Amino acid sequence: MTLTEDRPGRGPRGGRPRPPAGTRSPSAPRALLRWPRAATPWIFLAPVLALFGVFKFWPTLWGMYLSFFQVRPYLGNKWVGWANFRTAFHDAALRSAVEHTVIDALVTVAASAVIGFGLALLLEGPARHLRILRTAAFLPVVTAMVAVAELWNTILYPGGYGTLNTLLGHLGLGPEPFLSSPHSSLASVMLIQVWKSAPYDMVIFVAGLAGIDKQLYEAAAIDGAGAWHRLRHVTLPSLRPVTTIVITLGIIRGLRVFTEIYVLTGGGPAGSTETIVTYTYKQGIQNNQLGLASAVSTVLFLVTVLLTCLTLWWRRRKEA
Amino acid sequence: MSAPTTALGLRMPTRAWTRTAVRAVLYAAVLFVFVMPLWTMLATVFSGSTLKTGQMSLFPGHFTLTNLRTAFRFGVGRGLLNSVIVTGVGLFLQITVSAFAAYALARKKFRGQALVLLAILATMMMPEEVIAIPLYLVLGKVPDPLGGGDLLDSYSGLILPVVGWALPIYVLTGFMKTIPVELEEAARVDGARDLRIFFQIILPLCRPALGTCAVFGFLMIWDQYLLPLLVASTPHMYTMTLVVTSLSSSQEQPEGVRMAASLMLMVPSVLVYLGLQRLFERGMLSGSLKG
Repeated sequence: MTLTEDRPGRGPRGGRPRPPAGTRSPSAPRALLRWPRAATPWIFLAPVLALFGVFKFWPTLWGMYLSFFQVRPYLGNKWVGWANFRTAFHDAALRSAVEHTVIDALVTVAASAVIGFGLALLLEGPARHLRILRTAAFLPVVTAMVAVAELWNTILYPGGYGTLNTLLGHLGLGPEPFLSSPHSSLASVMLIQVWKSAPYDMVIFVAGLAGIDKQLYEAAAIDGAGAWHRLRHVTLPSLRPVTTIVITLGIIRGLRVFTEIYVLTGGGPAGSTETIVTYTYKQGIQNNQLGLASAVSTVLFLVTVLLTCLTLWWRRRKEA
Repeated sequence: MSAPTTALGLRMPTRAWTRTAVRAVLYAAVLFVFVMPLWTMLATVFSGSTLKTGQMSLFPGHFTLTNLRTAFRFGVGRGLLNSVIVTGVGLFLQITVSAFAAYALARKKFRGQALVLLAILATMMMPEEVIAIPLYLVLGKVPDPLGGGDLLDSYSGLILPVVGWALPIYVLTGFMKTIPVELEEAARVDGARDLRIFFQIILPLCRPALGTCAVFGFLMIWDQYLLPLLVASTPHMYTMTLVVTSLSSSQEQPEGVRMAASLMLMVPSVLVYLGLQRLFERGMLSGSLKG
């Protein structure tokens, strides 16, 4: 209703008493738009909650449920207890996928942060040419991951004709196999991921740098601190909150890496770039092991929840 | 920059010309690493010279549109159309439902509010990658509101799962909280109800935040890969990302054609970014700094 709490029973104009909440207005079309006041927030929230319910919570809960079944499309599901989890735990392919995922998440997040920080130091400032350079360097971030993967698939083509190999050839190096060898495939994927995410970190750090009080630098300079000491004792501590957020969110997001891996290598060669999500996708969609895939996804979900809660708890404790 | 120190306070090599030279080299390196690959994509698409697999052009010698035309013959047109439909409708719905939800969260106090906030936070831990398999099963069960059948291989299936997204809800809730309540109270005294206040007062004032949400929502929906991979099974439902990957997995097309498809996937995002850069950076920073 239109009434506010502090003016009970008073109408819009002239103090005419209003009908109590919930009564129908005499004009029929407007009556459709009337509802009890307590329902208002729920009506505004209804579309989002319905969508989340159907496309987020239902699949999540169903996935947890399926984890305990052998899913058989026409025969009905068969309860198998913890068997899917046990199978997953003993699967060497999954174990190496977990390994790749963790390495990939940690290395790319750390490398992006370091390179992004370097870029920010180089390109920070209000000058026009710096703005243009920042905009240019940011282009990989907005480019769809699929296009980035396609592009780098060609650049990293293994033969001597490959674009980067041609370049390396001029320098007397290579040719490198890049994505086509199990020894260098994961490193090549990580290179591409860092290429796409380092400029993102750059923009965050640029904003962080701009927020540092310039007087701190002057004070440090007067105290005789050299460039390195100012970086070490003024810049880095000031950026610590931003950095922890960039890193924790990056790692949590990194655990669910899929698109770039699937498009670049499909998890190969010889499983050398298999990650948790490419593994579940293959088990679930290609091998029809829906129960096993659900079990792995459930564990991934729970780990994500745990890490997110830890991050939130840790940040709140720091702020308090 | 003319000042002897950078904004950071790091003194670069003492003599001015050395400093300038070092910076210029570093700038060139940045451009080479981050822009050159994208440039070679462009050059390859418009180059008529024959390239071996894995080769790319630095300059479009013998300018040609053949690669682009071939790419369009192999589904790029349909892919673009599908992506535009999915992104356009999805973005409109995403912003609408997010604004509705944000209004309730920013302006109302009600029982269960904490639970709703918790639920929204929880959805951030349920991306397609984590729920892919059961999501696929759900999509096979939910009827398509636009007609017979389920959500698999339908526009609804490509659109509806991306409509609910926590980020624009957070951005808009935060923004609406900064709008002074007095503006609404004046309208309430005049007899306006929630729906009218929402549409006539709140939404117009939210324009900057809506712009930010639009940029992020566009990129989020445009770049979708796993969801279309689950949903679209017939090529005429392929979005641009699927067209690009299916063109390349066929391996029969020359680099120029495959790069042409990738370019068509990339150009809209780049245009949106360049056009709305300020909105984009503001949203990115509010998202990451304030969390």
